[in-house]
Amino acid sequence: MSTLQAPYPSWSPSPPVDQVGVEERVARLSARSIKKGSKVTALKLALSMIDLTTLEGSDSVGKVRQLCDKAKHVHDALPDLPHVAAVCVYPTLVRTAKEALAGSGIRVAAVATAFPSGQADRETKLRDTRFAIDEGADEIDMVISRGEFLEGNFGYVYDEIAAIKAVCDRAQLKVILETGELGTLDRVREASDLALAAGADFIKTSTGKIQPAATPPVALVMMEALRDFHLRTGQKRGLKPAGGIRAAKQAVQYLVMLRETLGDEWLTPERFRIGASTLTNDIVMQIAKETEGVYQSNDYFSQA
Amino acid sequence: MSVVSVERKSAPEPAWTYAPAPESADPGIRKRYGLFVNGEFVAPADGKYRTIVNPANEQPLCKVAEGSAADVDRAVKAARQAYTRVWSKMPARERGKYVFRIARLLQERSREFAAAESKNGGKPIRESRDTDIPLAIAHFFYYAGWADKLDFAFPGMRAKPLGVCGQVIPWNFPLLMAAWKLAPALATGNTCVLKPAETTPVTALKLAEIIQMADLPPGVVNIVPGGRPTGQAVVEHPGVDKIAFTGSTAVGKWIMKALAGSSKRYTLELGGKAANIIFEDAAIDQAVEGIINAIFFNQGHVCCAGSRLLVQEGVAGSLIEKLQSRMNHLIVGDPLDKNTDVGAINSKEQLEKIDRYLVIGQEEGATMWQSECPLPQHGYYVRPTLFTNVSQSHRIAQEEIFGPVLAIQTFRTAEEAITKANNTPYGLSGGVWTDKGAKIFKVTRSLKAGVIWANTFNKFDPSSPFGGYKESGMGREGGWHGLAPYVRLERV
Amino acid sequence: MKSAPRVPVLKTYKQFIGGAFPRSESGRSFVLEDAKGRPIANVCQGSRKDFRDAAVKARAALEDWSARSGYNRAQILYRLAELVEGRSDQLVAELKQQGATAAAARTEVERTTDLLIYYAGWGDKYQQIFSTVNPVASPHFVFSVPEPAGVVALIAPDEGALLGLVAALCPIVVGGNAVIALASESKPLSSITFSEVCAAGDVPPGVINILTGFRKELLPHIAGHMDVNAVVYCGDDPSERKTVETEASRNVKRVIVTGAGGEDPYRIMETQEVKTTWHPVGF
Repeated sequence: MSTLQAPYPSWSPSPPVDQVGVEERVARLSARSIKKGSKVTALKLALSMIDLTTLEGSDSVGKVRQLCDKAKHVHDALPDLPHVAAVCVYPTLVRTAKEALAGSGIRVAAVATAFPSGQADRETKLRDTRFAIDEGADEIDMVISRGEFLEGNFGYVYDEIAAIKAVCDRAQLKVILETGELGTLDRVREASDLALAAGADFIKTSTGKIQPAATPPVALVMMEALRDFHLRTGQKRGLKPAGGIRAAKQAVQYLVMLRETLGDEWLTPERFRIGASTLTNDIVMQIAKETEGVYQSNDYFSQA
Repeated sequence: MSVVSVERKSAPEPAWTYAPAPESADPGIRKRYGLFVNGEFVAPADGKYRTIVNPANEQPLCKVAEGSAADVDRAVKAARQAYTRVWSKMPARERGKYVFRIARLLQERSREFAAAESKNGGKPIRESRDTDIPLAIAHFFYYAGWADKLDFAFPGMRAKPLGVCGQVIPWNFPLLMAAWKLAPALATGNTCVLKPAETTPVTALKLAEIIQMADLPPGVVNIVPGGRPTGQAVVEHPGVDKIAFTGSTAVGKWIMKALAGSSKRYTLELGGKAANIIFEDAAIDQAVEGIINAIFFNQGHVCCAGSRLLVQEGVAGSLIEKLQSRMNHLIVGDPLDKNTDVGAINSKEQLEKIDRYLVIGQEEGATMWQSECPLPQHGYYVRPTLFTNVSQSHRIAQEEIFGPVLAIQTFRTAEEAITKANNTPYGLSGGVWTDKGAKIFKVTRSLKAGVIWANTFNKFDPSSPFGGYKESGMGREGGWHGLAPYVRLERV
Repeated sequence: MKSAPRVPVLKTYKQFIGGAFPRSESGRSFVLEDAKGRPIANVCQGSRKDFRDAAVKARAALEDWSARSGYNRAQILYRLAELVEGRSDQLVAELKQQGATAAAARTEVERTTDLLIYYAGWGDKYQQIFSTVNPVASPHFVFSVPEPAGVVALIAPDEGALLGLVAALCPIVVGGNAVIALASESKPLSSITFSEVCAAGDVPPGVINILTGFRKELLPHIAGHMDVNAVVYCGDDPSERKTVETEASRNVKRVIVTGAGGEDPYRIMETQEVKTTWHPVGF
């Protein structure tokens, strides 16, 4: 139950967002032509920002171990490839992932709070989170209660984020807004502002379980929220677009947007992650193409 | 709480700049161009050629014939013959098909034309590729469709062509201005003598090649490049029935005087000093982008540029901060690099004019701030600039600079913003940014300008009329309104 | 040695539904004969289920098509003109098969190309002629714009094998509607070849659908379909007209009874609604 007066502390109205204007800015950013050396730099950077993800009902110990091996050995044939940032799994598989990734520097993120729907009571969500932390998760990707948010119960959503954050203790908290369910960019902005005020370390676009998942206009609006939060508080929080990012070209476009909206200081896995699975190989294939000068085939790159 | 820092293997340190991304299309610029008269390229009467310079590197690009009064006379005669013998007799439907051909042929060679436009004029390839050339194509396509539909355009009236049109265009949108002039004129049954700007004749002459490919009857379109005297000769020629001019207000006034007492029709599209008004309840981040588009599009060489920013006091501080941060991400450089945002100033003359205003602004007491971008060593370039602490009485708030320079004032109430916006002899365009619908319509209704952009800026479409109030000119180009200047109406 | 005469390959005439060329789901066909009673081709005898399927495809295609800019629709129609011009020999031959003289056939194909260009030219202009800003007496900005009716059924004129169909189709399509046309019963071949042009052009699947078959059988099902917004009947048979108008009343379809078309922007407005919007003007 909320103890707050005006929806949540330090609340001020989010600015309106003009969708056509956002889409125009996105179109202009995607006209950037990233070639040669700057392309390879961007691809490697993007690779280092990937949260390699498996979130299926059919996930098992074997599946996760193989994914972790892929995370550690993206493509040994290419030298100087950075490893991915993290592996993202359900809480029941955190222990497996931790063991498989021990000593690699790759973090383990767990989805929690009745992912993906978030349709559960507060106690269930807290317990889900505690379990994942106890199993060793370095990061928690939580989902907000979209129904409550769309009903206007901002205090409820603020409280649940703050409560999960408290349970997280030293683990990083990413808050999934599920922007595909929010309807308008205005709401995406409101949800972003709310999540940041409540303590999110990262705001994340999507669960990846519904369409649309991450889109550049949504990501741009969330970057603007992060920028205003930084201007207001001096704190740099992070962004994670997730779902639907399959091509290296898309990943590079997000990095261009990041650089020109938030600046160079955000070009690090500390502040930007990409939730993806098949993206990894496309990035590696693009790097190989730049190095060898010819287009590549799937046959030469391991599938996880 | 804030980000937890954990020891981890570090990713590559972000040191990321964009590598050069040069446009690879061949601009197809010949070493020398003659005049285009009666369907052919011909030598100028007195043998004079002008060296055209690439403003990005100050290197010579090509030589172009300099049209003398005798050449203008030749062109007007060719246009008159073509009108009398061929064009006015041709069924309207067939006339339209020729203009459709021009549109489609231009579409096929669009990349080449974009590269040529940037190389000659200095604008970024991204703009010529994504804006100038597509809009030029769309103008020809749009007006082609009107040719056989004029009976529906003016209820109760029959629209007849005027005859020979003399058309003088500026250097800021060379091909697009040619399209804005030629397309409606041809569609309504007129023939043309076009005088491109002295520094930017290249794409007009390449258009002549397209016109040849389209098999347009000789003399229907004639192109006579040259400087001020050439333009004067076109305006003063007695064989021209109508003058269309886009350029400075000073020359516009000269044209009105020159045509006084003659029965020549004329339309003028002149200068501007548009106010871009940002209210507190605007979608601020999109408004910032709108300001950038308004003044840095085409290096600010735009008659309808939002060169004055009027921002409501409550949001002025944070808005200007965001504007500066955004300006620092603008890439100024080689027009033929696909990542360039702000290209070269069109000529040395224009560069010097802009620099003079930067001095004037500071001397008047305004505070100048420029982006910190690197500039190329050669070529004509100006950093994106803004002035704060500007007053209505400052020259930089009144006079058209025609460069990437923004003059910023604050306001408190909507009435104050409207008063300031209208307090100018110009009246070409304006911008209004607010999330409130009623306020949009109230403000747009109050602004004395021909084109008002609400929550957007610098948007153009062949179906949408463009033109100014007051000293920004008279007449409209584009849309149904753009037909009227090229016809005379007779009762049915 | 003399080589054996080459066996020509005969064309199968299928219907055009959702961008594809299926046969009638009923499996039926009828034989088209020339003036001397000799068979020319087998033509699908379209069924009410074919119409049903086409209506579903049309509805699915409508949202995208009506949201496109007038310029885009204009360019698509212009491209169809380019393709018809390129196929003129084939279209002329087909018209001759169906009884036209060589001269009449060539004229008809040329006029079809020119008519496509004509309506392409209206694509981004009719809105300006037929919209208004209304000078109401209260402080409101009030404007009225045309909007496409939606899914339109077209009973093409029987006489015009190619030109008749295209003249009736263009104003419907350029206005942003999706259309299901029942081709001329006596001369259906050109309509199917025109479908091939649509498929080769940039017309999105489902925007134009063309069925062949018998009016008497199909009219009640077409006119009575609850998810069709308007029906354009090109003809003058009183009992057909009565059927159309009666069945259309089921969902208050707009009924347009008209003749052979030509160059006429008012035909565009026949399948347009008018939307008026009010907004206050004030601080």
